[in-house]
Amino acid sequence: MAVERPPLLERPEFERQSLGKAATTDVARPLSLAERLANMDPVRKLTVLLAAIVIWELYTRTAEVPALIFPTFVDTIAALWKGLFQYDLATQTWTSLKILFAGYAIGMAIGATLSFIAVSGRFGSDILSTLASMLNPLPAIALLPLALIWFGLGAKSLVFVLLHSIVWPVALNTHTGFMSVSEPLRMVGRNYGLRNVRYVAKVLIPAAFPSILAGLKLGWAFAWRTLIAAELVFGAASEGGGLGWFIFASRNELDIAGAFAGLLVVILIGFVVENVVFRKIEERTLVRWGMQS
Amino acid sequence: MAASAAAAAIEAPIPEGAPILEVQGVTLQYKTREHLITATYRVDFSVYPADRFVLLGPSGCGKSTLLKGVAGFMKPVEGEMRLKGRRIAAPGPDRVMVFQEFDQLLPWKTVRQNITFALRNGGRCSRESDADEIAMSYIRKVKLGGFENTYPHMLSGGMKQRVAIARGMAMEPDILLMDEPFASLDALTRRQMQEELLGLWEETRFTVLFVTHSIEEALLVGSRILVLSPHPGQVKAELNANQHSHANVGSAEFTALQTRIHDMLFADRVLEDETVRRGS
Repeated sequence: MAVERPPLLERPEFERQSLGKAATTDVARPLSLAERLANMDPVRKLTVLLAAIVIWELYTRTAEVPALIFPTFVDTIAALWKGLFQYDLATQTWTSLKILFAGYAIGMAIGATLSFIAVSGRFGSDILSTLASMLNPLPAIALLPLALIWFGLGAKSLVFVLLHSIVWPVALNTHTGFMSVSEPLRMVGRNYGLRNVRYVAKVLIPAAFPSILAGLKLGWAFAWRTLIAAELVFGAASEGGGLGWFIFASRNELDIAGAFAGLLVVILIGFVVENVVFRKIEERTLVRWGMQS
Repeated sequence: MAASAAAAAIEAPIPEGAPILEVQGVTLQYKTREHLITATYRVDFSVYPADRFVLLGPSGCGKSTLLKGVAGFMKPVEGEMRLKGRRIAAPGPDRVMVFQEFDQLLPWKTVRQNITFALRNGGRCSRESDADEIAMSYIRKVKLGGFENTYPHMLSGGMKQRVAIARGMAMEPDILLMDEPFASLDALTRRQMQEELLGLWEETRFTVLFVTHSIEEALLVGSRILVLSPHPGQVKAELNANQHSHANVGSAEFTALQTRIHDMLFADRVLEDETVRRGS
């Protein structure tokens, strides 16, 4: 069967001597206020938050849910106020945060050391990947009973359990980051005479920073959850108790609004660290360097 | 220690008419997961001061590997390479490399910081203020004045390559090594960059070893061309190209040399292709 082949259409050429002013005025039109507000991340996120609160309040009021099962938002806020200024919610929160910071700092140091060992050679990399693939899937909280035998009741056991939830994500992500630094960047570093520690500090770490930060975020999220869970198990035995203990104790006293207030603090701290602290670090580094939008 | 060695290398006088870089009988090999590849086989050439020496060949002729060898990233299994009479053993700031990839710039440093980073770590400046001054003068040389505080991700491909060239030149190395620096650019920008590179060369007459697979680029940029044949890379010819420039592209003389090199490189290839086709 013959294929129909369309002919080329011959037409005259043209060239404009001068281009008039473009008729459109919209070369760069500023966006309207509504458009700009909708473009702001915090505005959109706050809207979601407000909607959730309104639904919560309306539901608990209209369905007349018993306060012993699910308190209203207003009651929860009142309990939060009372917890902070009459009970020991503030000090309990501080107790939890202190342990968290200690665990986080030590965990980062161990994670960094492991990833430096891993980047030093094939054997080092095998050490990290084998250890991590064995231990990473193990939930940190499962180690708590053993930790209590090894380190007794108290902060040491908590820090040990926290370490487990921080070290692996930090070490694995840092190592992945180091491995994925592009060949030209590595060669540039060595070309200008950087070796060993200076090479790691001045080329590998900044180049792998997106991955490192992802590991730190993951480690933080794991650690915060593990800590609260561990404090719930700890119960009355620990001196300070912490935020988890506050939640547990409030429930025992049938102060359900108080337990909700404790949960709210857990959520708020998690939210602030994720959306303010880490977001600021990202804006100052990755966003400015064009490694993340 | 490394800095003082580099400084000594910069000051060491080379005798009149002596080559700055000597490559003698160099065989380079590298390993992939399954094979040991011989990239170049007993390659000889010499680069003299102010040469724009081009390594030209199709992919697989080992030209980039050869450049990495000169940079000190690979050790030859046979033969040796000498820079100003000293054997090349490791990477160093006396041979600065400019890559094809745009990500050779440190994304966490601004244009100026990328250059001062090189100057300070490469041992050319011990004070930040000196480094700043040199960086700014080279930023102006590559026509990027006003962009010194911009981060690389905000720059176009051509601008990034300009920064990389400025960084390399600011080090004032004995030899500038360029690995297809314009290959990722669009045709218009590439042409402009070639002209600018030649302009910069006219100004300071630095020595450059330039890798390309484009015959046209070799004729335009190079003063001398080393033609390499592939699998493994061996020297096929060494030609003069200083008489050619953007002004005479398309002239009979230019086209004749172009065709000559083309035939040199691809005469065997056609036969190879045909045997493959007949076999299949």
